[in-house]
Amino acid sequence: MVVFDKPKSLSPVPFHYCPGCTHGIVHRLVAEVLDELDLCGKAVGIAPVGCSVFAYNYFECDMIEAAHGRAPAVATGVKRTHPDNIVFTYQGDGDLAAIGTAETVHVGARGENITIIFINNCIYGMTGGQMAPTTMPGQVTTTSPYGRDRRIQGSPIRVCEMLSTLDGVAYAERVAVNTVPNIKKAKAAIKKAFQNQVDKKGLSIVEVLSTCPTNWGMTPEQALEWVKTDMIPFYPLGVYKDADVKDLNPTSTKEVTE
Amino acid sequence: MAKKVLMKGNEAIAEAAIKSGCLHFFGYPITPQTEISEYMAKRMPKVGGLCLQAESEVSAINMIMGAAASGSRCLTSSSSPGISLKSEGISYLVGCDLPCVIVNVQRGGPGLGGIQPSQQDYYQATKANGHGDEHILVLAPSSVQEMAQLTSEAFDLADIYRMPAMILADGALGQMMEPVDFELGTKREIPEKTWACNGTEGKRKKNIINSLLIDPDELETSVVNRFKRYDEIAEKEVKYEEYKCDDADIVIVAYGITSRICKTAIAAARAKGIKVGLFRPITLWPYPKKQLGALADKAKHFLVCELNMGQMVDDVKVATECKKPVSFFGRTGGVIPSPDEVLAQIEKLAAAL
Ligand SMILES: Cc1ncc(C[n+]2csc(CCOP(=O)(O)OP(=O)(O)O)c2C)c(N)n1
Ligand code: SF4
Repeated sequence: MVVFDKPKSLSPVPFHYCPGCTHGIVHRLVAEVLDELDLCGKAVGIAPVGCSVFAYNYFECDMIEAAHGRAPAVATGVKRTHPDNIVFTYQGDGDLAAIGTAETVHVGARGENITIIFINNCIYGMTGGQMAPTTMPGQVTTTSPYGRDRRIQGSPIRVCEMLSTLDGVAYAERVAVNTVPNIKKAKAAIKKAFQNQVDKKGLSIVEVLSTCPTNWGMTPEQALEWVKTDMIPFYPLGVYKDADVKDLNPTSTKEVTE
Repeated sequence: MAKKVLMKGNEAIAEAAIKSGCLHFFGYPITPQTEISEYMAKRMPKVGGLCLQAESEVSAINMIMGAAASGSRCLTSSSSPGISLKSEGISYLVGCDLPCVIVNVQRGGPGLGGIQPSQQDYYQATKANGHGDEHILVLAPSSVQEMAQLTSEAFDLADIYRMPAMILADGALGQMMEPVDFELGTKREIPEKTWACNGTEGKRKKNIINSLLIDPDELETSVVNRFKRYDEIAEKEVKYEEYKCDDADIVIVAYGITSRICKTAIAAARAKGIKVGLFRPITLWPYPKKQLGALADKAKHFLVCELNMGQMVDDVKVATECKKPVSFFGRTGGVIPSPDEVLAQIEKLAAAL
């Protein structure tokens, strides 16, 4: 009896992520969902610039590596020319909520029928722990060495809350992967975000509170604990939007012409 | 005989793109090229295509990246300031070996500059359209007919060589109306896009479109291989026009709208007995180096004319190996010289021969 197997949608290569980093868990959840919904053959994934840049090596579907922050625009180009493909982006917080903010907001405004997996780890992982748009007040990073001071560095962006105000966003949920029950909920959310695309509902985004033990300067256990004690209170988990914006947003060339 | 239609240059580009099988346009409004977007917005839904207005040129070029990566023939257009914003995306398109057509209907700069015609983006287009060791194809039309013709050819070249192709026009060509024949000649053989990301359907190995090569040796190999392709393009795809160069003492080198002003000046100079001709590069990259260089043995003087401060002069000096003197005459900032101004330059040079 097989109790643990690698999802078919994950490529048979080792991850490069640091020990205790939850990027790997989220990759696995996405792959399990692609398997369960039988979407791998139709899927086109867009990798970001950030620690998950090599996501193009990890998923078994067609993959495109976008410029920093531009994944939603690249996804738009794929989806609009191939509406039958299942298109998803996988992006960090610097990628999605700093350099790519315009792309993120407008992919939502247009109600692009795509799925966004958004990794919020409160930091720039790849470049070595600088302040992110999601870095919490008081949080120490290499570019906020005295702690993020809201009067100087401004306040963090709560992405799900912001995007849920847009008509074109069908589904926005924030989840965490710090405990087994939370991982189960995260998977359900990711599954819904892909099913919504199959059902042509509009933009679906799942924000995953993720760890970066390396740049937080914590052990993996401490990092999981910090998600619970610090991140979740500031970034409450839950569904921020669940709507069907299909009628509002034709997504394929065909629908526009008709 | 095919029927000719009277059209603006910008519209001719748009129609030629559609006739070349381009079904996806992504743009952002900017003078003097907005007619391309407007034409596409009207026509694309009628032909089952898509015209999407992006939130910025940055986004538009990245939508192109997605469309091109999934195998579509796609077009984006802008004018100078917008092209600067596209440069990041252009570099990624090159790094990913993706074909697409980019139109730059140039206006005056730097900065917001002005909205009148210019050729101030010659350097940007031919030497530094994005970061990295890279080039894109650059085609410079000089009539509304060529706006259509070269657009059609640009799509084929982009697909054959897997790289972006730019139509480098200017505000005058974009706005002027001339008759166009859309019988654009025979299409070339286009290789199948087996590399496209449009779903494996479980039938093939996954495709990856990517410009990240962390290993320096791997990156070097990929750049060197791309440059081998560039050499092949320089060998096979150069386009230019020679006009009355056979007996010319003075050869004017000019492209785009400026070449037309020069032709008028040449007629006037010839009427005065001055032997002057025109060499018009049509591909600005690859540059018709050999062909221009061949004239350096016959001609006595080269005169570069442009709507800028002399951006092509170095290319002419390199092509002619500085065998003969190279002078420059240009106006900039959106000012177009009259044929008389060019004639005055020709006469000055002729007097000193
Ligand atoms: C245009 C551009 N600017 C800056 C960078 C450098 N850079 C690479 S990754 C990154 C931040 C990534 O952080 P995030 O999106 O939060 O992802 P993480 O690494 O934390 O997963 C930056 C600034 C770049 N590659 N491109
Ligand atoms: S640096 Fe942080 S986000 Fe990046 S792999 Fe390591 S732990 Fe994960």
